[in-house]
Amino acid sequence: MADKLTWRDMEVGNIVKEAGSASFRKTGDWRTEKPILDKEKCIKCALCWIYCPDAAIKPSEDGYYEADLYYCKGCGICASICPVGAISMTEEEEK
Amino acid sequence: METKAVRFGKKLVTTKEFLAEGHNFCTGCGEALAIRLAMKALGENVVVAMATGCDEVCTTPLPYTSWRVPWLHTLFENAAAEISGVEAGLKILVKKGRMPERDIVCVAMGGDGATSDIGMQALSGAFERGHDFIYICLDNEAYMNTGIQRSSATPYGASTTTAPAGKFSIGQITRKKNMVAIAAAHGIPYVATACPSYRFDLMKKVKKGAESKGPAYVHILSPCPTGWRYSSNLTIDIGQLAVQTGIFPLYEIEGGRYRLDADPPELKPVEEYLKLQGRYRHLTDEQIESIQQMVNEDYAKLKEKVAAFPM
Amino acid sequence: MSRRVALEASHAAAEAAKMADVDVISAYPITPQTHIPERLAEMVADGELSAAYIPVESEHSAMSACLGAAAVGARTFTATAGQGLELMHEVVYVASSMRYPVVMTVCNRALSAPLSVWGDHSDAMAVRDIGWIQVFCQNNQEAFDLTLWAFRVGEDPNVLLPVMVHLDGFTLTHVTEPVILPEQSEVDRFLPRFQYPFALNPDKPMTHGAFGPPEIYSETKLAQEVAFRNSKDIILGEWKEFGDIFGRYYNPVEEYKTENAEILLLTMGSFTETAKIVIDARRDKGEAIGLMSLRLWRPFPFEEFRRAVKGSKILIVFDRCISFGMGGPVFSEVRSALYDEEPRPKVVGIIGGLGGRDMAEEDFEHVINRGREIAEKGPEKMLETVGIRG
Repeated sequence: MADKLTWRDMEVGNIVKEAGSASFRKTGDWRTEKPILDKEKCIKCALCWIYCPDAAIKPSEDGYYEADLYYCKGCGICASICPVGAISMTEEEEK
Repeated sequence: METKAVRFGKKLVTTKEFLAEGHNFCTGCGEALAIRLAMKALGENVVVAMATGCDEVCTTPLPYTSWRVPWLHTLFENAAAEISGVEAGLKILVKKGRMPERDIVCVAMGGDGATSDIGMQALSGAFERGHDFIYICLDNEAYMNTGIQRSSATPYGASTTTAPAGKFSIGQITRKKNMVAIAAAHGIPYVATACPSYRFDLMKKVKKGAESKGPAYVHILSPCPTGWRYSSNLTIDIGQLAVQTGIFPLYEIEGGRYRLDADPPELKPVEEYLKLQGRYRHLTDEQIESIQQMVNEDYAKLKEKVAAFPM
Repeated sequence: MSRRVALEASHAAAEAAKMADVDVISAYPITPQTHIPERLAEMVADGELSAAYIPVESEHSAMSACLGAAAVGARTFTATAGQGLELMHEVVYVASSMRYPVVMTVCNRALSAPLSVWGDHSDAMAVRDIGWIQVFCQNNQEAFDLTLWAFRVGEDPNVLLPVMVHLDGFTLTHVTEPVILPEQSEVDRFLPRFQYPFALNPDKPMTHGAFGPPEIYSETKLAQEVAFRNSKDIILGEWKEFGDIFGRYYNPVEEYKTENAEILLLTMGSFTETAKIVIDARRDKGEAIGLMSLRLWRPFPFEEFRRAVKGSKILIVFDRCISFGMGGPVFSEVRSALYDEEPRPKVVGIIGGLGGRDMAEEDFEHVINRGREIAEKGPEKMLETVGIRG
């Protein structure tokens, strides 16, 4: 992590050469609620996918769109905008 | 003026994410969504020059970056000046044969503070010089990253930390600076307003701005759960209400000609929008009524312009 | 064939930027710098120089646009003076911290208030700490040579730092002197094409200008200082290379008639040449006196400087700026640089030449006499000055 780097590890001009390197960050740890998808109701409209500020909803093989819990911050936008109410927010379990 | 129609249906939106997951934007951030959508419209052949603000701080803490496109940040007020150098640099390098000719869109992004306050001068200069770039203003209506201080984009009656509502104050006592009109007054080819709640409209406008020759300005309303004080799941709803009440109309100005993109037969009362946000909770009914009058006035003026200079 | 032409130092600097085939010029006019952007604009308009000329709306934007251009790999040049340098103050820090090799001519001008367009070193002294390589020119030939050299040293892949070339306002910028201009082929031999290794490009997307949380900021600054100090060797190397190609060799500290000198006078910039006349006259009369001129200001040339003062008894430092509450800035730095030396000369500071006040030979005579007195009897006044009434 950043606090293990020495001054010799610094890049010239502090340029970050690896694109998207911050994606290791587990923002899923932020949430207090998580989205649950009811596949019976889902119409695969992809509104949840496009409206997620964190790009945490990913298309799955079977055509559904599901939250990647590694990143999902639990904002609830997906549940709010789902036109058929297929997504509900439930409280995260304590770990 | 010839305009190319740009249409996005669900299947035409790329699944590529140019802003990597795991960024530090707040839960439910409208600005994060605005950037995500704008980048999908812009693609990877860009150089993005970004001003200091939420957009920059949430995406690039050393030694990591959330960006998957070439990205530059130096200071708060100079994104437009920076991108002028990028644009001129790329053009001359191609002209001198130092690099092959290639379509790289020069993009500058900044918040409302960076754009309409501290960065106005640089923006005006870049517009006047006619550089080929698109400037995207991510407007969350205050200096959010530093703690919700007022900007010239903060609307009348909103409470912020430096213009707080109090016994002797309604909060912001001035009306929102009209950056769209200021941009248009420079005579630049393309100016538009957008809101992430209207995802395809936003992407279309960003694409049009990127493709227009010369300066383009797209002003994107970015609802902020932290600063506007609403429950994070309402970002899309609040954006929709901003448009449906006429508070933030969606329109384009191309070559001085206007097009209103959404003109509901009846505007919703502003109260529906204001009552959802903690930054307005101090408002009395009279104050809400005066805000309603101001919005009616401004909307009517916009409609006059649309009628006088139609596209 | 190289040719000898009469040029103002401003035009000499512009000529150097032209021969360096600069790509982007982003400048805002300010007296006494105006002849530089004017000449460059002319060159571009007439097709003498293929460059993008960005007529920015302020100096802050001038340097900001330079950063943008450098970030995509363009060779970038600008010029400013006085208030302009102050207006871009925060941006110049960024240029060095982000390691963009921009070259800038600063036409040294007094800082407001009161408003002064005339020359002194207060603008230069306000930017001592910014991390740019900084040199001071004595004459118009140096204005040309050091500008050309600045591109080479700044762009060296082991340096990658911006370079500031200081030229005295009016006494150099607006004065015509003979300048030897080399052949373009010689310049091309000295200055290879600019290849910025981290140019922003969609093929290899990088992030320039990430912010530094407390866990990492200190490491970035130490790394920057180490790189800055290490640039000294390359600075010297490039001066040698410059001499090998063009026949004029430059060094960090010019020593003028310093052999066996008991008294040394230290100056910077164009007034050095006036002071040399006084040194000549005194040497002719048998006085053991010499002159040192600091050409390299940053990174401070500790080694060369300490070597140059060895054996002297008195070092008189002439400053063209008051660092308020402290005294002469160069004086303070020089004393500090000599603190650990045993033996070391007595260091005395005298301030003059502010806001366009000229220094003639008799003024330097006074500086030397007064300097000797202070060295012997100790300072009498809070601030020793020359040419200031009262």
